[in-house]
Amino acid sequence: MKLPGNPKVRIGICVFAFFALVALVGPYVVQNLMGLSPSDVHTADAMQGPSGAHPLGTTATGEDVLAQLVVGSRVSLLVGLVAGLVTTALSVLVGVAGGYLGGRADSVLTVLTNICLVIPGMPLLIIIASYVQGRGGWLTVALIIGLTAWPWGARQKRAQTLSLRHRDFVTAAEMTGESRWGVITRELIPSLAPIISVSFLGAVVGSMFADAGLSFIGLGNINITSWGSMLYWAQNGSALTRGAWWWFVPPGACIAVIGVAAGLINFGIDEISNPRLRKPPKKVRDRAEAAKLRRRTEERAEPATAPKAQEATS
Amino acid sequence: MPASAEPVLEAHGEPVLEARDVVKRFPLHGPGQHGKEVHAVEPTSLALHAGRITALVGESGSGKSTLARMLALAYPPTEGEIRLDGAPVKQARTARGKRAYYRQVQMVFQDPFSSLSPVHRLRYILSRPLQLHGHASGRAELERQILDLLNRVNLTPADQFIDKFPHELSGGQRQRVAIARALAARPKVLLGDEPVSMLDVSIRLDILNLLGTLRDDEGLAILYITHDIAGARYFADEIKVLYAGQLVESGPADAVVEQPRHPYTRLLLESAPDPDREGALLDAPEVVDDEETLGEPPSLVDPPAGCRFHPRCPLAKPVCATAFPPRTQFDDGQWVHCWSYDEENYR
Ligand SMILES: Nc1ncnc2c1ncn2[C@@H]1O[C@H](COP(=O)(O)OP(=O)(O)OP(=O)(O)O)[C@@H](O)[C@H]1O
Ligand SMILES: [Mg+2]
Repeated sequence: MKLPGNPKVRIGICVFAFFALVALVGPYVVQNLMGLSPSDVHTADAMQGPSGAHPLGTTATGEDVLAQLVVGSRVSLLVGLVAGLVTTALSVLVGVAGGYLGGRADSVLTVLTNICLVIPGMPLLIIIASYVQGRGGWLTVALIIGLTAWPWGARQKRAQTLSLRHRDFVTAAEMTGESRWGVITRELIPSLAPIISVSFLGAVVGSMFADAGLSFIGLGNINITSWGSMLYWAQNGSALTRGAWWWFVPPGACIAVIGVAAGLINFGIDEISNPRLRKPPKKVRDRAEAAKLRRRTEERAEPATAPKAQEATS
Repeated sequence: MPASAEPVLEAHGEPVLEARDVVKRFPLHGPGQHGKEVHAVEPTSLALHAGRITALVGESGSGKSTLARMLALAYPPTEGEIRLDGAPVKQARTARGKRAYYRQVQMVFQDPFSSLSPVHRLRYILSRPLQLHGHASGRAELERQILDLLNRVNLTPADQFIDKFPHELSGGQRQRVAIARALAARPKVLLGDEPVSMLDVSIRLDILNLLGTLRDDEGLAILYITHDIAGARYFADEIKVLYAGQLVESGPADAVVEQPRHPYTRLLLESAPDPDREGALLDAPEVVDDEETLGEPPSLVDPPAGCRFHPRCPLAKPVCATAFPPRTQFDDGQWVHCWSYDEENYR
């Protein structure tokens, strides 16, 4: 896969790739190669600032902050990705199907969406999460977030679909004999791809925030190391009042950086997914180049007949 | 002069596609418009025959596209029915029923800027009908047929166009892609909504010749919607004139152009630049611009009663404002809806 030319998107993707890499191999590196542990308690080393032995210092119970940050990134990213996928898939399915099919299917889906919409998300999340009490680990948290966050996206996608539904190219697809499912998957969703990818990113970041928020108020599984539970323990250990900035700044900063990266990608993604702004594929470009070259050599062969054209092409 | 039989229509056998007494009214939405409707098409019957081109002419807003879309099942008729091969088409609900219908009936849309999906290349756009209707299997065969389609509509060199996106094409080139897509299904009926009005003259001729060949060789039935009644004469076998949702005149193309019987057809012909009738060209601007006497096309929300042309008609009589005239049939196959031909009222 090649990186898109747009610098904003490129930076954003690099940031995401960096965190993905950290989440993937980081835990192995810090635990096995650097010998740091996110959970080993060393009361002797408690509350120490950054040092050679603990690059990001230690917590009130002497756990290594860097190790926690790296191990926690895996959980935070996984929750974000899974919840983002669930949110986006549900919102696309409900929104696009409702908007396109219309009639009774749309009425039922709209009622469902609106009911889920008026139930405030965070309180619902808190109720479910406190009921579940961290059972089932990060996957439960991700599913809870995904299942409560889709209605806004569904509404937005339904509105967009309504504006596409009676466009001639959709009617034309129906008239080629495309089934409804075919129209949805082959015409509507590709046309909505920019919106869908932007909202997917938003959902990932939103879910990571929600996960951090839940853990921070102690409703996630606080025994799993994640950025949210780090913040929870930092707050619990009065890191702020005791000036232990190395404890709460790194997880907060990671969350913020991911948010900024998502913003950057959003800014640039329109250019990528809008074919009007897309460069033609290399094959086509090469062919155009070749044709231009051929024309030029032909003109050179008979310069008297086409001196103007030669000027224009060179 | 009027005859009771329908000599010419019968001569062409059973229609392939037929609209029987179709009506289309669009309900209006918005403040103060509740319950109001656009009376776009009044009870209209129209039959398309294999191997014949039927031209539908009329000014903007007369309901040509609406009629074509009803024939293509894009709009359900408010009243009346569509028949394919003599059997009424139930608004095909199932995917299979629709596919079977569109295997026979294809439409070319009026606006090529909205009829092609912006996210797909021509290769994909043309491959779908070929695949869905089982005309091509295998990549090589598919590619060959796509190139062939592009060549047929003069998009050459085809191997350069095949990987383009619609936004890389001009309006005329897009319209040719739309025509190629319709032909890809190998239909029996082609509904062309001003298929060539975006094209320049030389390509227009090529496309019309292509359609003419398909009519002659494969018996394609064509509905050719156009503003250009004079041009329709050379291309179509039959011309039907639509005014504000009412068919007012119909007949063999030559007869309608040479001997227009409805005052609206005459108006259309006078305002059309016809190379064969020099005089008409000079008269035209006066006739069209003279809004004092001829007026505007009527409102379709609150249309004039009776014959909708009567507010603009030079021959208008009191009866015109009360009832739509019955059909007056002529021996040459032409018919007209105009009170001036009705014998009881004619003087
Ligand atoms: N979907 C719709 N909803 C409401 N009114 C409509 C709709 N489609 C068409 N109309 C109205 O129906 C009438 C006929 O429109 P139609 O598009 O059939 O005209 P047309 O003969 O094709 O005109 P043109 O030559 O400009 O294409 C117009 O008054 C138009 O405003
Ligand atoms: Mg039209």
